[in-house]
Amino acid sequence: MAAALISAQVGWGSSKEFLDLVKQIGECRSKAEEDKIVLGEIELLKKKMAEPDVPKKKMKEYVIRLVYVEMLGHNASFGYIHAVKMTHEHSLAAKKTGYLATSLFLDDSHDLIILIVNTIQQDLKSDNYLVVCAALTAVCKLINAETIPAVLNQVAELLHHPKELVRRKAVMALHRFYQRSPSTVSHLMPRFRQVLCDKDPSVMSAALCGLYELIVADAAPYKNLVASFVSILKQVAEHRLPKTYDYHKTPAPFIQIKLLKILALLGVADKAASENMYSVLADVLRKSDTGATIGNAILYEGIATIAAIYPNPKLLQQSAQVTSRFLKSESHNLRYMGIDALGRIVKINADFAAEHQLAVIDCLEDPDETLKRKTLELLFKMTKPANVEVIVERMIGYMRTVTDAHSKGTIAGKVIELAERFAPTNEWFILTMNQVFALAGDLVKPKAAHDLMRLIAEGNGEEDEASDTQLRSLAVDSYLDLLEAPKLPALLLQVICWVLGEYGTADGKHSATAIVTSLCDLADRYSEDTTVRGYAVSAIQKVCAFQVAAGRPAPVTPEVRSFLDALCMSRSTDLQQRAYELQALLGLGTDAVGSALPEDASCEDIEVDESLSFLGAFVAAARTAGAKPYISENERLGLPPTTDLATLLGPSGPRPATPPSHSLRFEAYETPTIPARNMTPPEQPNYGAGDLMHVEAARGSAASGAPEASGRGQTGGPPKLGLRLDGVQKKWGRSTYTSAPSTSAASTSASSSSAPPSAPVSSAPREEARPTPYVSDRRPREPEVSEEKKKLAASLFGGGAATTSRGGGKAAPRPATKTKLAEGGRAGTPTKSTPVPQPEVNLLDFGSDSEAPSSAAPTPAADPFKQLEGLSVSTPAPPSTEPSPAVAAAAKPAFDLASLYAGPTQPGSVVGGVSSNRPTSPVPGLTNTGPGLAGNGRPNSVSPVVNKAQQAQKAGIVPQNPDIFHDLLG
Amino acid sequence: MIQFVLLISRQGKVRLTKWYSPYTQKERAKAIREISSSVLSRGAKLCNIVEWKDKRVVYKRYASLYFCMCIDPSDNELATLETIHHFVEILDRYFGNVCELDLIFNFHKAYFILDEVLMAGELQESSKKSVARVIAAQDQLVESAKEQQGSISNIIKQATQG
Repeated sequence: MAAALISAQVGWGSSKEFLDLVKQIGECRSKAEEDKIVLGEIELLKKKMAEPDVPKKKMKEYVIRLVYVEMLGHNASFGYIHAVKMTHEHSLAAKKTGYLATSLFLDDSHDLIILIVNTIQQDLKSDNYLVVCAALTAVCKLINAETIPAVLNQVAELLHHPKELVRRKAVMALHRFYQRSPSTVSHLMPRFRQVLCDKDPSVMSAALCGLYELIVADAAPYKNLVASFVSILKQVAEHRLPKTYDYHKTPAPFIQIKLLKILALLGVADKAASENMYSVLADVLRKSDTGATIGNAILYEGIATIAAIYPNPKLLQQSAQVTSRFLKSESHNLRYMGIDALGRIVKINADFAAEHQLAVIDCLEDPDETLKRKTLELLFKMTKPANVEVIVERMIGYMRTVTDAHSKGTIAGKVIELAERFAPTNEWFILTMNQVFALAGDLVKPKAAHDLMRLIAEGNGEEDEASDTQLRSLAVDSYLDLLEAPKLPALLLQVICWVLGEYGTADGKHSATAIVTSLCDLADRYSEDTTVRGYAVSAIQKVCAFQVAAGRPAPVTPEVRSFLDALCMSRSTDLQQRAYELQALLGLGTDAVGSALPEDASCEDIEVDESLSFLGAFVAAARTAGAKPYISENERLGLPPTTDLATLLGPSGPRPATPPSHSLRFEAYETPTIPARNMTPPEQPNYGAGDLMHVEAARGSAASGAPEASGRGQTGGPPKLGLRLDGVQKKWGRSTYTSAPSTSAASTSASSSSAPPSAPVSSAPREEARPTPYVSDRRPREPEVSEEKKKLAASLFGGGAATTSRGGGKAAPRPATKTKLAEGGRAGTPTKSTPVPQPEVNLLDFGSDSEAPSSAAPTPAADPFKQLEGLSVSTPAPPSTEPSPAVAAAAKPAFDLASLYAGPTQPGSVVGGVSSNRPTSPVPGLTNTGPGLAGNGRPNSVSPVVNKAQQAQKAGIVPQNPDIFHDLLG
Repeated sequence: MIQFVLLISRQGKVRLTKWYSPYTQKERAKAIREISSSVLSRGAKLCNIVEWKDKRVVYKRYASLYFCMCIDPSDNELATLETIHHFVEILDRYFGNVCELDLIFNFHKAYFILDEVLMAGELQESSKKSVARVIAAQDQLVESAKEQQGSISNIIKQATQG
């Protein structure tokens, strides 16, 4: 009997085997049993499908069985190829089955897609419209951005197919193409307008989908369609379409809803457009009020539209009535929609909520999870300073009950947003944040933690120091309490460490020793989390620095000592470095520490002289003494300079924040034609956009010194180009090439000559501790790679430093002589910087330099700072670093000129224009030479470009503008 | 836009899945697990909407089958509910008083019908009649092809016998 029933239901003659399989699966009692059967079936199919000459009908059934297996959640990838093959069949049934199976199995990124494109092309040309339809359906799922061009023309032609079914599917396919890759089909977009006038309503409705998508992207070009949409909506609402489009007696409701959505987009903040819509919207609201679900769907969409467009009081009143009917309804669905609608109306006029207070509270108390969450969303929109405490309490209460990670994270984000915007008191704010962190743990977005740190650091934005201080000490108190808790989320720990480090001792309530001890304790307890430990070490460093700077002894207890000693041997290089830095810091004098880590300065900007101009003298001196000029890596490896340029220009993007080389690149290389073109006319730097930009444009007002400078050095005056490096140094982690020589560090070292090796190093961790946005884009691996490479370079070429400029780059000899000229004119400096090729310093071991400063390193390093003091005038120097009279005198001319431009050169606008744009230049990027120059003075990284700077400076040109290098290189 | 369509039995067995956005095999399994557990456990009177990640799932129960559609937050939940009903009505018309068994044994036909109702995640035809007409045309073509095949093989058979 059952068998008879089954065979009666089976349409396309499935075999007994398949029926049995389905029946067995249906009768399974457990998942394990089902899996067993399915695995058996997979084995069977594997065998059967691999047989030669399987009859077509059989194969069709196998493919359907494969679909069944995959639907049950098993991997059927072995049979995908058979499904693809089946699309080649001539019979419609087989073809349709093939297309069905492939579009169920494959995503548009699958490798097999390429095999199906040809079949689709053939089928789109078929004269059987059903075949064309099958192909169009498959196109929607299977064609990806790369294969769109292969079928695009055919699909576009099908827009004129005599069958409305085909036209409609072609429109939908075009819509899908637009979603995939807007640029490939942009020229066909006007077609959607034409299709809107199609005589068949179903084709018109398909066009609405595409138009909706286009209007979401940009409404402006479609404003002139408002009248058409309004008239279509009017006709639909008046029941002008054929009866077949009715749905439960409502005229074409889905078309109405689509039109309402489009009108909502077109009427936003557009009074004229909105006024055209008012009457039809009123009509729609009146006519849809039938009480049927579909009528309510239209009503809801109507309210959404009315709330989105330029407001009309009468319509809003009407919407409010409908909303209140929704809210009072027994149906949960309607109440849900009502809450949503209320949220939209309340945005325009908050008074509408008043009468629904009770209904809203009812929904909030409802056991229905969905309704409750929707209501919380409404409350979130309605939050004001007056009700924030209640609402946040509700939300936190709800958070306790939620288990699913995603929604917990979302709600946590909302609570944090509300707390930041409306917090009534500081205490409440800190406590709320603690609660959120405790409940949501690591689900909170890192940004929230950084925002919290920033808020504590910057205060509430008003010039109210007292309340800021109170906020900080409250935070410190509550965090010290929190540390008692057994387990805290990592993110909160980071915040705690940072706050304790910055403000732990600020109000004087807690002794430095107590803070340091609890930080040590914390780092011990969470020993598996290196990030937290890193934060802790940095915090300890800060507390110590503040103590030392204030003239008190550093609170280094024996535990701290042993903790640090342990860290120095940590497997994490990051922790190691922090520990070494801290130890180095403890050995420094009061002034140096104070300027390296000034108290409560986390919000100050750090100025970085990216062109490393202060190293010019040092480099020049080293060169005169016989050091080799810097040779670009590719030249060293024997590659043509063009490739080198290409790699340099390579990483393109709107905000290239990556150092130009010494890191792995994952993007594809550009076509080599661009750099090649550059090679031939050297005075015509027409590079592709990429990293390069007109320096003048980038620099803005700061560039005002440029014309003068370039006028002197250059006749041609080609548009100046430079690597965009703004933001490069703003990476955290170990001091990388560019991060080391911050100008504050430079001025520090000018005042105390023992500091230089440690100053740049210690400036890096301070940066990293900032809660500024760039903290998040850390790439800890990168510096290591480049250090490795530097090391390699040092071991390969560093030994040759003593043998004078032999085998340098093409342009090497010329700059060398020029440098000598420049050096000749300078008094005093060359003698100091003997080209002592430092013995190979372990580059990874940053601490060793500062612990036992070698006699050679500081001396050459100190001098350039003095000479080039003028380069860094624009930075607000730390208070303790008054330039010594001698320095001031030496740098006098530059100083004066620079001060003229000090106004425009606002903090942060220092842009390092590195003269890497000359293809002939052997020095592709000055940035490559960072720490080598700053730290251990390896003469092989000496750059002729810097020598140019020397020369320029000698000639009296303001070296404020690094472009000068470029000009002089010609 | 509709992200995917799921048909689940009351026991949590999957009867039909159609994905309109790319989801990996793993994500699919996870989505099915999560959605079926949250949908199946809901009471009859609660609303037919479940939040799932940053999307919504609208579901409706017909006898022992749950029809679920996952939509974007900007979509109209009530309209989606009616889209489900529209699909079910078409199935009903095609199979003649549709029941779960029809969909179990003829799931590929259910897919073909779904392809006529939804395309690229949008409702493509709101006229039941024209959907029915297309499906009928396809069936007819298949039938006639079959007959033809049958007659040809008959001829061959006769020829070989003769």
